[in-house]
Amino acid sequence: MELQNKKEISGKVSKIGFILLIIGAVLVGASFMANKERAFFDYLIMYMFIISIALGSLGLVALEYLVGANWSTPFRRISEFLSSIIPLLILLVIPIILGMHDLYHWTHKEAVETDAILKGKEPYLNTQFFYIRLGIYFVVWFLFFIGFIKNSTNQDKDGNVIYTKRNTTLSTIFAPVFMITLTFCAIDLMMSLEPHWYSTIYGVYYFAGTIVAGFASLTLISVLLKQNGYLDPRIGNDHFYSMGTMMFGFNIFWAYIAFSQLVLQWYADIPEETFWYMMRWEGSWKYVSIGLLFFHFVLPFLILLPRSVKTNLNRLKVMSIWLLVAHYLDLYWLIMPTYTHKAGLHGPVFGWNELGFPLVIIGLFMIIFRRRSMKNNLMPVKDPKLEAGLNFHL
Amino acid sequence: MIKKIVNIFKKVNEDQNPWKDEKSDKVYAVAALFNTPDEIIHAAEKVSNSGYNDFDVNTPYPVHGMDDAMKLKPTRLGWFSFALGLTGTLTALGMIFYMNGIDYNNIIGGKPFFNFPSSVPVTFALTILFTGLTTVGVLIALFSKLPWLNNPLLDSEYSKATSQDKFGIYIKSTDSKFNQSEIETMFSSLGSSAVSLIYDSKVNEKKIKTPIFETGFIKILIGVGVGTAVITYFTLNWVIFQMPFDWMVIQPKVLPQEKSKIFADGFGMREPVPGTVARGFMPYEYKGMPDSLVKLLANPLPVNEKTLLTGQKRYDTYCSPCHGNYGKGDSRLRGQFPNPPTLMSEKVLNWTDGNIYHIITNGQNVMASYAKQISRDDRWAIVHYIRALQRSQNAKDSDLN
Repeated sequence: MELQNKKEISGKVSKIGFILLIIGAVLVGASFMANKERAFFDYLIMYMFIISIALGSLGLVALEYLVGANWSTPFRRISEFLSSIIPLLILLVIPIILGMHDLYHWTHKEAVETDAILKGKEPYLNTQFFYIRLGIYFVVWFLFFIGFIKNSTNQDKDGNVIYTKRNTTLSTIFAPVFMITLTFCAIDLMMSLEPHWYSTIYGVYYFAGTIVAGFASLTLISVLLKQNGYLDPRIGNDHFYSMGTMMFGFNIFWAYIAFSQLVLQWYADIPEETFWYMMRWEGSWKYVSIGLLFFHFVLPFLILLPRSVKTNLNRLKVMSIWLLVAHYLDLYWLIMPTYTHKAGLHGPVFGWNELGFPLVIIGLFMIIFRRRSMKNNLMPVKDPKLEAGLNFHL
Repeated sequence: MIKKIVNIFKKVNEDQNPWKDEKSDKVYAVAALFNTPDEIIHAAEKVSNSGYNDFDVNTPYPVHGMDDAMKLKPTRLGWFSFALGLTGTLTALGMIFYMNGIDYNNIIGGKPFFNFPSSVPVTFALTILFTGLTTVGVLIALFSKLPWLNNPLLDSEYSKATSQDKFGIYIKSTDSKFNQSEIETMFSSLGSSAVSLIYDSKVNEKKIKTPIFETGFIKILIGVGVGTAVITYFTLNWVIFQMPFDWMVIQPKVLPQEKSKIFADGFGMREPVPGTVARGFMPYEYKGMPDSLVKLLANPLPVNEKTLLTGQKRYDTYCSPCHGNYGKGDSRLRGQFPNPPTLMSEKVLNWTDGNIYHIITNGQNVMASYAKQISRDDRWAIVHYIRALQRSQNAKDSDLN
């Protein structure tokens, strides 16, 4: 049976994406004009969110090969398209490099000289080594990304099983590399905002959020495509139920990790650890912290618990958008207190300065998704697992 | 009593055993076996589409897509699990609230008696325990109808086959559309490898109680429970204190801070003989003596690097919190107590080593005695270090030579 795209994804997606990107970019520019330091922090949130979706999606592609899953094969291309932003990461990091002095306290030479702790961490936390590490992450991610995509798209031509086997081997290597690079990436870009603080579970915390974001974006786009008739009619409730379950499960995993970090530091009550939480508990940050608990875990947990929600496309769409917003809030909660603390504010800041950044993210992903979908099939049409995946039933 | 219990067990083996399984002539169901999962899905679809409601499928492993084929309604099991899971959550929170918050207050790490974060792990565990047990229990009760022991499917060739490598389907005779010959032809036309009749069990017709509800059995159950509790109680409270089982934990020797019958006052511990001097501890004989006498005491330690380093270490640990790192009385505790005096004053500069040693040993004003914390030699080392501090803070040109 010949499987091809029924329809091309309409050019409107690109146009809307482009408009959003322009509006977003203008707002971002204005934000940088208005308050450079605050804008750098906002930019870091945006950048980490993009890494979450890009790496989360690539992680899902690898996971599918690693465990030999059938059910997700028809959706693999969606994750592949989303991860196609990886080559752009190196360009997008430039503003962070420019804003190093505003973002990272440990780049201040004079502060490091007088601070015994920073002095001790200097062999790791110095700008040269920081650039080298970022370079390593980008190169490693880029190479794996190219490897996975090449094998997957080449298979569309002749359906040779060798490509599946190659990608399986690749994913076996990628699994530990992915975890290690993501952990160090989170430590370098986010945890070093507070160079005196440390948490050994920080990498896993970011990974949990990343996988939730990966599944949520995959679910959102699959539901949108399904509702607009782009997907094979055999893709039905059982597929979406599985997606919802994975999203639900990893969201609980996020809560588990977040709690593990909290309870240890809360119990030990050592000032060098607790100040990080105190920063998120002062003034109206308190309400953001409590809000995060409910918005990221308690409510999604209760809402996603019944089966009926996970098989209803509209509800699933709402929940996937919800979890993406929750992940954005999570990153805001991780990054922004450093700024407000430095600026002497006792509460979160949110205004027009922040609004441009999410628009840029949405715009970028819309353009990239549409561009990639023009070049490639929306489904891996000759993948040997595709038939089994389409006929998947619970 | 024992004879009675034995009789209850004996009954099971006798011929007149009322629960003995015998097949009756009544047809319970028509069953068919298939060889592949695809065939059984097809058969289930056909049966449900033909309007049969009272049928079931037995497969050696879960077959994907069976729910749809059988037109099963969503299971109610989840609601039981959710309700009991919630009960588990509330039980755990209530239990911890009562135990830690009300009944037995303990300060742990300076935290509130009842607090949410430390309750979460136990709450989490109990929620899962309740949910898991409920799910299994309700599954057994609702879907396997236990403790019903005489399911007619048991002990049939059909069940043997479906628990090995065949996929089976059966339609019960209680179905409103049940017609034996019609169903048999339908199964044959679907390509069944074996169509068979399953007969009801005689026990089900007799409508007698299942064995676990027999009064005799329940009595034994209660007896075993009570017996176990009593034995456990006596083991833990009496047996482990008896001769070989105490493993020599209890011995006649006197332990510190224990009572003893040997001495008239009932204390196990004795006061040392008057005049006893503990090893490494020389008593200070100038206690309460006037300064004019004390100042004659000479420092027995030589001034060298080792002594000064010891003195510095002890000074930084015990003296600096009040007197400051350089002895200027400018420590961080300044303002929180009567201000500690500087050691650089004219008075202290003119004191002899003996005066300083005397104050460290005996204390002065709010300063307590440090004789217990700092050994005699270390106190003299501190005196040397204070001398060094005094000289460094009031350095003259001639000191450079």
